[in-house]
Amino acid sequence: MIIGLDVGGTHTDVILLHGRQLVREVKIATDADNLFQTLLAGLGAVIEGIDPKSIRRAVLSTTLATNLVAQQKLPDVGMVVAGGPGIDPRHFRTNPFYYTVDGAQDHRGREIQALDEYQVQSIGKDLKRHGIRYAGVVSKFSVRNTAQEEKMAALLQPYVERVFMGHLFSGNLNFPRRIATTYLNCAVYPVHKMFFEAMQKALTQKGLTVPIRILRPDGGNMNIESSVNHPAQTILSGPSASVMGAISSAPAQGSCLVLDIGGTTTDMAVLIDKDPLLEPLGIEVSPYKTLIRALLTQSIGIGGDSSVRIRDGKLTIGPDRTGRAMAYGGSAPTPTDAFHVLGRGGSGDVSRSRTGLEPVAQALGLNLEQTAELIFTSACRTILEGAGKMIEAINSKPVYTVHELWEGSRIDPKHMLVLGGPAPQFAAQLQTMFDGKVEVVPNYQVANAIGCALARTTCEVTLFADTALGRATAPSEGFRQAIPPGFTLNNARDLTDELLRKKAILRGADPEDIETEILEESQFNMIRGFQTIGKNIRVRMQLKPGLISEDD
Amino acid sequence: MLQAKKKTGLVFFPAFDWAISPTHPEREERLLYTQDQVFEEGLLDIDGIVEFKPDLVTINDVQRVHFCVPDPWAVMTESHFISAGGAKTIGMAVMDGKVERGFALVRPPGHHACRVVHGTRGFCNVNIEAIMIEYLRRAYGVERVAIVDTDCHHGDGTQDIYWHDPHTLFISMHQDGRTLYPGTGFVQEMGGPNAIGTTINIPLPPHTSDEGYLYATKEIVLPILADFKPQLIINSAGQDNHYSDPITNMNISAQGYAALTTLLQADIAVLEGGYAIEGALPYINTGIILAMAGLDYNRLREPDFDAERYRQSRDITEHIELLGEKVLKIWRQRELLAETARAKSYPDQRNRHIYYDQDGIHEQQNEMIRICDDCGGALRIESTAVRPKPILAVHIPVNACPACLDQGHQWYETADRNKFADIFLQDRTTDRYLSGAKK
Ligand SMILES: [Zn+2]
Ligand SMILES: [Zn+2]
Repeated sequence: MIIGLDVGGTHTDVILLHGRQLVREVKIATDADNLFQTLLAGLGAVIEGIDPKSIRRAVLSTTLATNLVAQQKLPDVGMVVAGGPGIDPRHFRTNPFYYTVDGAQDHRGREIQALDEYQVQSIGKDLKRHGIRYAGVVSKFSVRNTAQEEKMAALLQPYVERVFMGHLFSGNLNFPRRIATTYLNCAVYPVHKMFFEAMQKALTQKGLTVPIRILRPDGGNMNIESSVNHPAQTILSGPSASVMGAISSAPAQGSCLVLDIGGTTTDMAVLIDKDPLLEPLGIEVSPYKTLIRALLTQSIGIGGDSSVRIRDGKLTIGPDRTGRAMAYGGSAPTPTDAFHVLGRGGSGDVSRSRTGLEPVAQALGLNLEQTAELIFTSACRTILEGAGKMIEAINSKPVYTVHELWEGSRIDPKHMLVLGGPAPQFAAQLQTMFDGKVEVVPNYQVANAIGCALARTTCEVTLFADTALGRATAPSEGFRQAIPPGFTLNNARDLTDELLRKKAILRGADPEDIETEILEESQFNMIRGFQTIGKNIRVRMQLKPGLISEDD
Repeated sequence: MLQAKKKTGLVFFPAFDWAISPTHPEREERLLYTQDQVFEEGLLDIDGIVEFKPDLVTINDVQRVHFCVPDPWAVMTESHFISAGGAKTIGMAVMDGKVERGFALVRPPGHHACRVVHGTRGFCNVNIEAIMIEYLRRAYGVERVAIVDTDCHHGDGTQDIYWHDPHTLFISMHQDGRTLYPGTGFVQEMGGPNAIGTTINIPLPPHTSDEGYLYATKEIVLPILADFKPQLIINSAGQDNHYSDPITNMNISAQGYAALTTLLQADIAVLEGGYAIEGALPYINTGIILAMAGLDYNRLREPDFDAERYRQSRDITEHIELLGEKVLKIWRQRELLAETARAKSYPDQRNRHIYYDQDGIHEQQNEMIRICDDCGGALRIESTAVRPKPILAVHIPVNACPACLDQGHQWYETADRNKFADIFLQDRTTDRYLSGAKK
C-alpha cells in the first residue's frame, strides 16, 4: 500500500491507497509551528490498525522549507560569488554574509580572470569567526565550467561544515537565480536534514521502515538522501500535488486546465496530453527567483472562504480570508455561503449564511438569492479571467527559431478539471460560463494527497558539448569528459540519457519505470573565419512528471 | 533588487535555424553567445525589462515601404517577416505605452534594403526599421521621426527610402565609404531636392575609437536631433564598429556602445550588423540593454579589452573635429543648399546603379521626383534588373499635396503596359498598394 501526505496551510491530508483504490483518508489540522508533530500524527492516523510492513511507499509534500522562507527563519549562511564582467554581482545580494570575489569565466566556460584564492580564504576565516557553518559558492557561467566553483568550495571547506556549489542545482543559465537557488539550498539545509532524519527515525520506531520520499514542486519526488543535497527542491510542492492528483482524469490528448479551489486561493495549472507544463526557468519564492524546477502554476486570491465585502458600493471577493464560511461558524460571508443560500449543497447552517449575506444584499439593493448568484458568478468569473491570463502568458512565451515561431501552436483548453473542497459547487457554476467540459476530479477533497502518493521520481540533466574545446560537461552531475572532434548530437543525446538514468536511480526511481524525454536540443556549427572549428551542442533531458505504473 | 529606471521592452529573436549560407557571417550561431550572456546575466528577470514575442509583419506592412520584384514572397523568407515583425512589436509596445523604450534584438538585419527590392544586399532583404516606422505612421499618426544608424556600414538602404522625405531625419555614422562596403555615405549625400538636409552622413575614419565616436554623437548628432525635434528616435544599432569585428576596421568597445546608447536616448533600437559574435556581441548587447533600461554598466568589459591599444590617434581626432564642422555647416545652410540644388538643370532626376552583392544582381534605376514645396513629392522609379523589361514603381507620400497625388496617379494610369514587366503604385494617402502587371 502507498501513503500520500500533503501539508496545507490549514489542514493536512493523508491517504492510503491499495493499488489505485483509496482505502483511507484522514484530515488533520496543520500546526505550522510544529510540522513534525503534524506529520507524525497524520501518518500515525492513516496506518492505525494496518500492518506497517504492507506499506511499500510513502510520499510527503511538506511546507517546511516554504515556511522557513516565508517566516524569514533562515539561518545565517555564507555566500561567495565570483561575477566577472557584467552586472555588478553586489546587486544580487541574498543575505548578510554575502561576499563578492575576483574571478571570471566567459560564456564558453573559458577562464578570463583567475580566482582570487586569498580573498576566498579570508572569507572562510571570517565565516568561521562568525560561527557560520554553511556556505554557498557561485561563479558566473559555472554551468559551462565548474572549475572556479570547485576551487572556491575547496578553499572554504576547512572553515565550514558544508559548502554548496551553484552548478549542482541546475544546468540552466542565470547567474542571479543560481545565487538565490544556492543560497536557499544552503540555508534550508540544516533544518531540513534534522527534520527528515528525525522523521525517518520516528517512523521506524512505529514500524514504518519504508524510505520516505519527498514531493518536489515539479510534481516528482526524491528520496531523503537526495533531498538532503537539494533541500530547497522541496519548496512550494503543494500545488504540484494537486496537479498530479488531476492527471489520471485528464484527457489523453489536448490541453486541459486544472483548478484546485481551496479556502483562500485557487491554484491553476495546465496539462497537455496529460503532461503538466513546467516553469521555463524555475519557481519564484518571494522575494527569490530561482532555478528550482517547478510545474507552471498560478495562484489567484479566490477560494471558498474568500471574504465577501462591499467597497465603494461594489462587490469584492478576496483576496483575503477571515476564517471559515459563516455556514460553518465563521464571521464574514463567503462564496461558500453563497452556494448554501442557493441550495447547491454544503452541509453548513444555511440560516447563518443568509444572515451573513443580508447586509451585502441590502448594500447592492438585491434580494438574497440574487446576491448569492452574483457572488458566485463573480468568483467564477475572476477564476476564469485568471485562467485566461495564464493561457495568454503561455501562448506569448517567446521562441527563438523560425520554425517554432512560424508553426507556433497556441493552446486553448476546452477541458477543465476541478478539485479541492468546494469543487462540485464551483464546477457546476463554471460549466455554465466556460466554453468546454468541466469535470470534478474523483476524490476531489484528497486528490492532492493521492497525486502526491502516485508521483514518479523526476529529474533533469543538461549537457553542453563544445568540440572545439574538446569537452562535454553536465554541470549538475559534476560530469566532465573529453570528447573527440567527431562528437555528434546523437552522441550527446546518448550521453545525456545515460547520465539522466543514473541520476534517476540515485534519486529513487524504479529502474523498470524510467521514461526520459528531450526538453531542448540544439547544435551549432562554430565558424571562425571561413573554417568550421567545431560544434556547440546543448541537450536538456528530463524524467517527465507523471504517475507510477499501475502495478507498482 | 535591480529595477530598470526606464521600462524597457525587448524582442529577442536569434533565428537559431536560419542562415544566408553555412559559413556566412549571417548564420545560426550569430546570436548564440549573446543569448547565453543575456540569459546568464538574468537581464530578463530585471524588474522593468519586459520580453515580447515578435509578431509577424503582413504583406501590407512590407508593401507600405517596398516595391518587391516580382513580389514579396520572392525576396523574403519567413525569418524576414519575423525580424521586421520584431521591430514592429517593439514599436507598438513603445507607442502603446507598455514600455518607455525598446530594443529589437533580431536578425536578419535590414538597413541595406532600398525601396525597390530585387534580392539580398549586404545581408539585407527588407528594411526592418522602415517597415516599423511606416507602420507606426499609419497606425499611430507619428510624423517626425529620426533614425540614427550606428552600424559600421553606411545605411544606404534606409537613406534611399527616406531620401525624399523631409519628415524623416536620417543620420548615418559609419566607417568611411572609401574603405568599406557599400562605398557610399559621404557628407555631400544630403537628400533629394524636396528634402535637402534631412539625410546626414558622418563618414568616420578607420580606427576611430570610443572617444571619436562619442564626440561625433555629442557634437554632431545630438545638436541636429535637438533642432529637428523628432517625435521618435530610432537607433539602427549595428555592432560592427567593435574593435574585434572581423569585417570592419573600427575600434569601438562595449563601453563605447553603452555610452552611445545613454547619449542618444533612442526610443527604439533595432539590431543591425555585428559579426564578432563571441568577443563583442554578448557584451555590446548586454551594454545596450542595461543602458536603455538606465542601469549601471560600469563593470561591463570584453575579456580582451585594452584601452591603450584602442586609443585613437591625434590625426583621427582632428579629422573628426573638422568633419563635425562640415556636417553642421551643411545642416545650418540646408535651406540655401536646397535652393541651389533645385536650380540645377534636372534636379528631379537620378540615375543609379545598385548592386546586390549576395545575388550578383545589377539593378539600373531611373528615378524622377516631382519638385514640391508642399510635400515629399510624387516619386517615379524605373528599374531594370534580372528581367529584360523594367518595372515601374510609383510612390505617393503619406501627406501628399493634391498636385503630387494627381501626378502619381497619372504616372501609374498612363504607363505603357507593354513596356514594363510590372507596374506598381504605392499610394500612402490611402495606404493602398496596386500591382498593374496583369491588366
Ligand atoms: Zn554593418
Ligand atoms: Zn507635393
